Amino acid sequence: MSLRQTTNEPMTGAASAAPVTARPPSWKRKYALHRGEPLAGFALIAPTVIGLGVFILWPAAQTLFFSFTKQGTFSGYTWIGIQNFVDIFGDPVFYGALINTAVLTGFTIAAVPIAIVCAVLLNTEGLRALTLYRVIYFLPVVTLPTAVGLVWKYLYNGDYGLLNSALAVVGIDGPSWLSDSRFVLVAVSMVAIWSTLGYNIVLLLAGLQSIPKSYYEAAELDGAGKIRTFFTITVPLLTPTTFFVMIISVIGALKTFDLVYLMVGADNPALGSARTILYLFYERGFTQFNGGYAAAIALVTLVIIGVVTLVQFRLQKKWVHYE
Amino acid sequence: MSNTLKHRSTPARPHLGVHILLILGAVVMFSPFIWEMLTSIRSYQDSIAVPPKLFAPIVLDNYAAVFTSTPFGPQLMNSVVMTLLRTLGQVLFCTAAGFAFARLRFPGRNVIFAVLLSALMLPTELLLLSQFQIIQSLGLVNSMAALVLPSVVSAFGVFLMRQFFMQLPEDVLEAARIDGANAFQIFFRIAMPLATNGMLALGILTAIWSWNDLLWPLIVNSDQDKMPLSVGLASLSGQYITNYPVLMAGSLLASIPMLILFIAFQRSMIAGIAAGAVKG
Repeated sequence: MSLRQTTNEPMTGAASAAPVTARPPSWKRKYALHRGEPLAGFALIAPTVIGLGVFILWPAAQTLFFSFTKQGTFSGYTWIGIQNFVDIFGDPVFYGALINTAVLTGFTIAAVPIAIVCAVLLNTEGLRALTLYRVIYFLPVVTLPTAVGLVWKYLYNGDYGLLNSALAVVGIDGPSWLSDSRFVLVAVSMVAIWSTLGYNIVLLLAGLQSIPKSYYEAAELDGAGKIRTFFTITVPLLTPTTFFVMIISVIGALKTFDLVYLMVGADNPALGSARTILYLFYERGFTQFNGGYAAAIALVTLVIIGVVTLVQFRLQKKWVHYE
Repeated sequence: MSNTLKHRSTPARPHLGVHILLILGAVVMFSPFIWEMLTSIRSYQDSIAVPPKLFAPIVLDNYAAVFTSTPFGPQLMNSVVMTLLRTLGQVLFCTAAGFAFARLRFPGRNVIFAVLLSALMLPTELLLLSQFQIIQSLGLVNSMAALVLPSVVSAFGVFLMRQFFMQLPEDVLEAARIDGANAFQIFFRIAMPLATNGMLALGILTAIWSWNDLLWPLIVNSDQDKMPLSVGLASLSGQYITNYPVLMAGSLLASIPMLILFIAFQRSMIAGIAAGAVKG
């Protein structure tokens, strides 16, 4: 390759390039230009292909296999067919986790309008301190989840937590949020929303900026008010981005683990009301060493994510406006 | 409504209403951080006072206690090394692969790319069981290699970088080819310098994601000295008495590196997120 390079060295500059671009190059000629590329191509993709092969694709196949086996505590397995799946669908803990995850996902979706409103406010033309607002709203997204979990655990504390003392000011006797099975999931969901709001705002802000200004000018000429403009122009034209935000939020919510682990945890009496599917997967796979069952949960979760995403794509025809 | 009138005239304080709403939101977003800071500089007794005191005497010992009574130092080191290695790996390998998939011609390119596309669709959390077994069978449990290896490349990185290289005008590369540059030379001398924005975005996203990663390190490294901060701090709160001032001091110190990185590079990072959104 280096030899080819040196022999061609004198042919440089626009003079040599001009005749080639002047008429469409023949296939042969074009191919000649790409000589040596297969070797380079394979060399450049090799680390990634090997890495993803070993740590993503192979584990995917292996997880599928595991889900039909009973895993030994240290090694070995026995093939048990669909028994793990039978167990899962007869397990009230699994259904509990499924419902908790669904509720959390519901809260996340319900919070998307908040992100839209924030993004629209931030998109105000000539707004001062835009960068400062954006940084503040985005901070929770980049903050160590462990720190987020710990600080909120403290804020939610039933006795000396700041939230309850704030509620006491208006005469409400707040519960022990994270150990009360009636409130734990709401409490976790609020933090999930708080910590992803900034991310959604940034995506929506990019979407807002791609709406042509001429629409707003036309609306203003027609005498449409701000509220009316918001609902008849901004919301419909933002739907492709909103749709994307929904997809991302739902997948993220379905994979919630960190906050439950950090704020609720194993010894909490209210864990049953906050346990998500991924937390159950962790519990069964890594604290109870029931690998086959955990693998089956992983597979079921994958199917759920796939189906939910597919349904969203199907439904988008009903509400997403593409130009 | 005198809406048109309002638009034409310039009010003394533009967008006052918008600012009020945004400031209210900002208070909700930022107050946990303020409480974290205030707690980190008060005594344990003041931290469990009922009702909580907004202001308490300042105590700076908690920051010293983070280093003396918890394995914060070694865990900080683990977080730093893990983040650096994952980030370097992803930026280098994913950039190379992204370029090859976008710009080079080789047999099987589209098939291999389609297979990697499927890797992007798979939530990696669900593969932890098998990933753990691989690390275990390599004898790497409780090591730096265990923290780094599965995330040294990513399908997301390849897609992000491929996206950037697809945008390069073909003329530039074609001219280099006609001049006789080989694929490696085109990559290192022409394409890579033009893709620094993409590499920066990928690097920042990878760094933040690595630093904040909890589940994988939790599973694979259970030795106190081998954990990154994400896991180490979490394990402190599980203890019988939760010393919130020390925990908040540790949490704050552990969050600061990525907060600084974000504030310094927020433009590139947000561009990267937007580019990722285009992909979806």
